[in-house]
Amino acid sequence: MTNQVNTKELNKVVIRFAGDSGDGMLMTGDQFTMASAFMGNDVCTIPDYPSEIRAPAGTVAGVSGFQLCFGSEGIYTPGDKYDALVAMNPAAVKVSSPHLKDGGLIIVNEDSFNAKNLKKAEYADNPLTNGGLSKFRVYKIAMVKLAQEAVVGLPLTGKQVERCKNFVALGALCWLYGRSTDQTIKGIQKRFKNKPDFLKANIAALQAGWNFAEKAGVFDIKYKVKPTTGKKPGTYRYITGNVAVAMGLVAAARKSGTRLFLGSYPITPATEILQELTNHPKFVTVLQAEDEIAGIGSAIGAAFGGALAATTTSGPGVSLKSEFLGLAVMLELPLVIINVQRGGPSTGLPTKTEQSDLFQAIYGRHGECPLVVLAAATPNDCFDITVEAARLAIKYMTPVIVLTEGALGQGAEAWRVPKMHELPEMKAVFRTNPEGFFPYSRDKNTLARPWAVPGTIGLEHRIGSLEKEDITGATSHDPLNHETMTRYRADKIAGIAKEIPPTVIHGPADAKVFVLGWGGTRGVIQLAVENLQKQGVKAAWSTLRHLSPLPPDLKSVIQRYPKVLIPEYNLGQLWTLIRSEYLINCEKINKVQGRPFQAEEIETAVKKLLGA
Amino acid sequence: MNNEQQQLTRKDFLSGTEPKWCPGCGCNVVLNRLTGTFPLLGIPKEKFVMVSGIGCSSRFPYYLNTYGFHGIHGRAAPVASGLKLHNPDLSVWVATGDGDGLAIGGNHFIHLMRRNVDIKVVLFNNQIYGLTKGQASPTTQVGVKTKTTPFGSEEIPMRPLPLAIASGATFAARISDSDPDLISEVLLAAGKHKGIAFIEVMINCIIFNDGAFKALTDINVRAENIIRLKHGEPLIYGTNKDKGVKLNGVRPESFKLGAGGNADSALVHDIHNPDSTPAYLLASMEHPSSPVPFGIFRQVSKPVYGDRTMPAPSDTEVEKLMMSGGNSWQLDDSGNIGTVDP
Repeated sequence: MTNQVNTKELNKVVIRFAGDSGDGMLMTGDQFTMASAFMGNDVCTIPDYPSEIRAPAGTVAGVSGFQLCFGSEGIYTPGDKYDALVAMNPAAVKVSSPHLKDGGLIIVNEDSFNAKNLKKAEYADNPLTNGGLSKFRVYKIAMVKLAQEAVVGLPLTGKQVERCKNFVALGALCWLYGRSTDQTIKGIQKRFKNKPDFLKANIAALQAGWNFAEKAGVFDIKYKVKPTTGKKPGTYRYITGNVAVAMGLVAAARKSGTRLFLGSYPITPATEILQELTNHPKFVTVLQAEDEIAGIGSAIGAAFGGALAATTTSGPGVSLKSEFLGLAVMLELPLVIINVQRGGPSTGLPTKTEQSDLFQAIYGRHGECPLVVLAAATPNDCFDITVEAARLAIKYMTPVIVLTEGALGQGAEAWRVPKMHELPEMKAVFRTNPEGFFPYSRDKNTLARPWAVPGTIGLEHRIGSLEKEDITGATSHDPLNHETMTRYRADKIAGIAKEIPPTVIHGPADAKVFVLGWGGTRGVIQLAVENLQKQGVKAAWSTLRHLSPLPPDLKSVIQRYPKVLIPEYNLGQLWTLIRSEYLINCEKINKVQGRPFQAEEIETAVKKLLGA
Repeated sequence: MNNEQQQLTRKDFLSGTEPKWCPGCGCNVVLNRLTGTFPLLGIPKEKFVMVSGIGCSSRFPYYLNTYGFHGIHGRAAPVASGLKLHNPDLSVWVATGDGDGLAIGGNHFIHLMRRNVDIKVVLFNNQIYGLTKGQASPTTQVGVKTKTTPFGSEEIPMRPLPLAIASGATFAARISDSDPDLISEVLLAAGKHKGIAFIEVMINCIIFNDGAFKALTDINVRAENIIRLKHGEPLIYGTNKDKGVKLNGVRPESFKLGAGGNADSALVHDIHNPDSTPAYLLASMEHPSSPVPFGIFRQVSKPVYGDRTMPAPSDTEVEKLMMSGGNSWQLDDSGNIGTVDP
């Protein structure tokens, strides 16, 4: 050892991995996240990639990133400004260094800082040598050279060797943050099991990175991050929101005693749900439909046939599905619609997150067309809210829209895999008795109609898109009947409010400001309000998972606080809804940049509201 | 059970709702023949489902005493697909029209044909929009005046049967409302076919497009203008069975027996030909340049999409699936972390 290495203990670390779209930053980030999860840390991650598959290499437009927040406490988001940046080329430094904390670490691939790449990144001269990065601690590693030395003797081309450089970075990072490389080695053994030379090369590169960090004396510091304590025992898994939705659908189908059917069409950022489910034919029948419309249409057909049916999409897909949504409301069949929201309107920002489909979910159909709208708060909650959606859909014979967000669907965290007995009961009841059967008779409590499935002897009946006669379900153009049925449909959905648990408020009863969000702003709102509370600001927060109907106690909750602030990734859709429902004034803070709030932005807005 | 099935009659399949089609509409004939065909298929009544979209023909489900689904415009195909994929033991039928199935539902139509899900599609082609009262449809012929083509249609019409065959339909047939026995024969064959079955029915809309198929359906002239396709038999037609159809290169061509050749030179119809080209060529024959074939064009056996059922997974299997993905770990009561064996 050539110099003194100090060890510093941290509660929370944010690391950004940045490089060319083809540099494997996502995989590198994933592997480091897994290593951290295995050390017992809470983890929360988000990828950040351009919508082009491979934008021109080395350019600013081609930089893709992966951000990880890990630590022992307060890990609610993938983090704001980062503590460390791993940058594979000058463009990555250019794009990502503005969000690095002052005094933060940059680990760069020194080999990439040549004249060509500097030019592509639009650097006039080398920031590594001209002092342009002086407010950071820069650690230069010749990643390509180290990889070349490490893999000598393996039959790989120069290009293939170069592609091992991210494992050099990973090895060095594992050393720096005291992560064992065992888990990473296991992970790559699985990943490259059919490419033994690549496997050997990547393991060698990983070890070379670690050894370099330990021996070469580049680092004067290393970190220790204690595990999170007090977590519930069980089996855990690192899971994205999209895969969590897929698991939620599978689990709900089993709990309901029906088979799962998915009719879907690929669309960013929701495609992973479809992909995940196609892997599991034992658990689900999947139709990759010819378009978004056929996706939901096939799901409705399957629902008529007794399936727990779902369709998964993003905003533009919901636009296409909206006529079928109206049919599902008219037919009163259970259906789960997942909308992983992205930036709109139109094609908009396909890979970026937003919350701008709330109005569409609640109001976006012709006619009086009420349905249930739920929203997921975290990647983990994508599982729970999907199960809840299926439960309500079956119990009330209604379509349910689940709003998740790009950042939740692509984001990941550690998830405790539930046991089936821990999930809510939701057994589907199919009508079998022909005696007194009418397709549109209703349960007194839920107002749900019976689920009568083709193939059942004696229940042959016709349903359709024309207005139904009360009870018999025959087509009817009677004016009073139409009003009766319209009100039934509205009352049925409104009645679901009684299922919603009391709103959980975090913060003092005498808070001066109440921060109210919905969906994926949960993490950052929690972080911001906890920070405010630490600074002595009397603030409370809550986020909604039920948007239609709204929680029955919400009005009284809002009335308790002198000021209410609603942060959203749109221009004020929940804000409009709350004001129109309750005639209560609220303040708003909005961000439509395709990226999440920083906690600081919400903290500043709260302080401004309080005149502080 | 088998006995009970045999006792089913046409009446068992009528819902009792009086059809609201215009008197003289060809849809009535098809309803008659379809309800006569269902009892012959040996399938219990509760297993039949008729799915439709929107339009005159899409009222079909209401008149059948089976399960029925009257959907939205153009979208019967996806609904039927989801239903059949989830319940492979149902007999799923689709009633659609030239507007519903080919205009607004055109994309679904192509994919329904190619996927080979075991669904029977009856497309009522009257070359007009009936329920919206007389606008041009994708199959309206050039020159025909409708409410939206007041100077005569200038668009080249769509040809449903060649489209279905080119899209991969494993069963394709054409019938008309003027030949009830052929309707029964084709519906029965379609009902027994494993895979997608497409049947184009030429329907006379007496209100908005009366006489559109007169040359093919009028008992006084039709023999000279149509060919009844029969598997394994040469293509011979005409009042006196004095004309044949042969291939001239890739073009089907009419000839007079004697002068142009004998019956041996006529094309022999083979519905099981794995090559769909001859069926496509026959389907493309149009009046008045050629005689128009009716009957079964194609019936081949191909793997049926989604015809399998899976046993329900157990709680343990679902829990195991949720833990999979190659990235799970175990946290014990003392906070120790261990790996999970996959």
